[in-house]
Amino acid sequence: MSDLLLEVKNLKVHFDTENGRVTAVDDVSFSVKQGETVGVVGESGCGKSVTAESILRLLDEKHTNYEGNIFFQEKDILRFRYSELQKLRGNDISMIFQDPMSSLNPVYTVGNQIVEALLLHQNLTKKEAEEKAVDMLRLTGIPLPEKRVNEYPHELSGGMRQRVMIAMALSCKPKLLIADEPTTALDVTIQSQILDLIKDLKDEFNMGTIMITHDLGVVAEVCTKVVVMYLGQVIEEASVESIFSSPLHPYTQGLLKSIPHIEGPRDEKLYVIEGKVPTLNQIPAGCRFAPRCEFATDLCRTEKPQLDSYENDRKVRCWHFKEIQEKGGVMNGNRNESDKVRS
Amino acid sequence: MKGYILRRLLSLIPVLFVVAVVVFLLMHITPGDPAAVILGPEASPDEIAELRENLGLNRPVTEQFVSWFGGVLQGDLGNSIFMKQPVLQAFFEHLGPTLSLAIMAQILAIVVAIPLGILAAKFRGSFLDQTFMGISLLGISIPSFLLGLFLILLVGVELKWLPVAGYKPLNDGLWNHIKYLILPAIALGSMQAALIARMTRSSMLDVLNANYIKTARSKGVKESFIVIKHTLRNAFIPILTIIGHTFGTLVAGAAVVETVFNIPGIGQLIINSVERRDFAVIQGSVLLIAVSYVLINLVIDLLYGVIDPRVRLGRK
Repeated sequence: MSDLLLEVKNLKVHFDTENGRVTAVDDVSFSVKQGETVGVVGESGCGKSVTAESILRLLDEKHTNYEGNIFFQEKDILRFRYSELQKLRGNDISMIFQDPMSSLNPVYTVGNQIVEALLLHQNLTKKEAEEKAVDMLRLTGIPLPEKRVNEYPHELSGGMRQRVMIAMALSCKPKLLIADEPTTALDVTIQSQILDLIKDLKDEFNMGTIMITHDLGVVAEVCTKVVVMYLGQVIEEASVESIFSSPLHPYTQGLLKSIPHIEGPRDEKLYVIEGKVPTLNQIPAGCRFAPRCEFATDLCRTEKPQLDSYENDRKVRCWHFKEIQEKGGVMNGNRNESDKVRS
Repeated sequence: MKGYILRRLLSLIPVLFVVAVVVFLLMHITPGDPAAVILGPEASPDEIAELRENLGLNRPVTEQFVSWFGGVLQGDLGNSIFMKQPVLQAFFEHLGPTLSLAIMAQILAIVVAIPLGILAAKFRGSFLDQTFMGISLLGISIPSFLLGLFLILLVGVELKWLPVAGYKPLNDGLWNHIKYLILPAIALGSMQAALIARMTRSSMLDVLNANYIKTARSKGVKESFIVIKHTLRNAFIPILTIIGHTFGTLVAGAAVVETVFNIPGIGQLIINSVERRDFAVIQGSVLLIAVSYVLINLVIDLLYGVIDPRVRLGRK
């Protein structure tokens, strides 16, 4: 078996709503190798969480239609029977969610909730599972785990709860961890602690990790590969180094430009990607980013670009990325002129 | 915890006072002279005046109230004018049937309503859901006396499966006791069942969308466990509130059903006493019902803590 852990292939996710069918994820492909951390980046509503939840098939399947494949160790999760899915969830693939405040069941002790996962997937007695739960809490750096294990979620702080979530997710030694914005709801200082923890445990368990985030700082810190999503599509895929040194897609370039810098003059205006993300029932005909792109041509507005390979391991969905690169990317284009006029 | 219960019990006193004042005034505003009713239409005015004097009805209203409420605080609810026995004794003689009926109606309602509510929530929008909710709407809308009469006609008279009316105490055997209570319990409990089912459904729907349910799914918990272990317990507080409230109304509101099925309970006691203008019994019974209502709600509040650790008292 190769070290390829997960392969998402041409995934489409449609929701049937009262106003007709909406395609939240449109033709998304990427892969995760063992021990690799893949960042999935994009703004709210770009389909990154839907993609993540599709992998464990957590979406309400009464109103959801999947197309494409999600291969986990060469078996297609989208074709799994329900019983196979149960064995996969929490055992081979685990997930951590955005809001630790509401992700733990308030009426059971944290120990009870970790033990539940252990008893489901591992051949342990209740007592062994309880000991293992304490060990897992200790591993995630919770002080006094013997005491904490008997506490209820409301007695713990947000950071502690996220540690509990991590302990629970990793208790059965999964091969793949999906972290859906694990630090968004936490204080900045706690954020970095949690990221370090995820990074350390990833190495210790040699897991593949998918890090869903809108925070490029998080990507820089923990990821090896980045998938940038926009409006339900992957628009760029590259290694972390290439993304930060030479982003190809104007959207990625814009995202990077809009990060404030600690150094440098303070009066400099922060870059803003003009316009709004269109809603899913008003998807542009050509390139989805065209209405907000300063380089858009008639070709972009009418024809859909494909996700093309570039160099060794890079992919980009843009008609003009080479010309844009020659021009030096966004900020050196027309936008700069209009900025001057305004200020 | 003990302090909390004590405080709640002390808060009974103002509640009792207000209820006492209202009931007392209501009785004295209502036209009708108890002395005249007791003595019948052929009594002479002199006889009536004499009885009024004996019953203390000629004293000022405030004086009557003070002497009565003073007795209440000492546990003496006075004597029935008509039945010639202490009110407390008359109340407890009639409590048994009412309590049996209320408990039975409540059990029936819970046993039927909670599973139906869960299924309706789980299969939201399905034919099943719509059918259950349609039936529950019917349950809320049909008056209990009407349902009672239908049940008597169908099950009692036509099918002859169960007795038409009446009451047998527990001493006559459990089955005999229950047999007479089934139809009245259905008539009385159908509205509670409908309310509980609706509350169960909406409360379950709220919780099923919660993030921790997604967490439980992502762990690989079976769907049936998600519903029973993770959802129902979280959804139970509003359900419990409804159960508490409706139990109070079951005890207090059984009067109509007791009349239809001829069950000698509190309802009949009060209705008869109203007809006889038997002040002491009405006042005493209403007061005791108010007490039981407060106590039931206290028990419900304490149960909250059992279900949800966040409302547990006396913990840091």
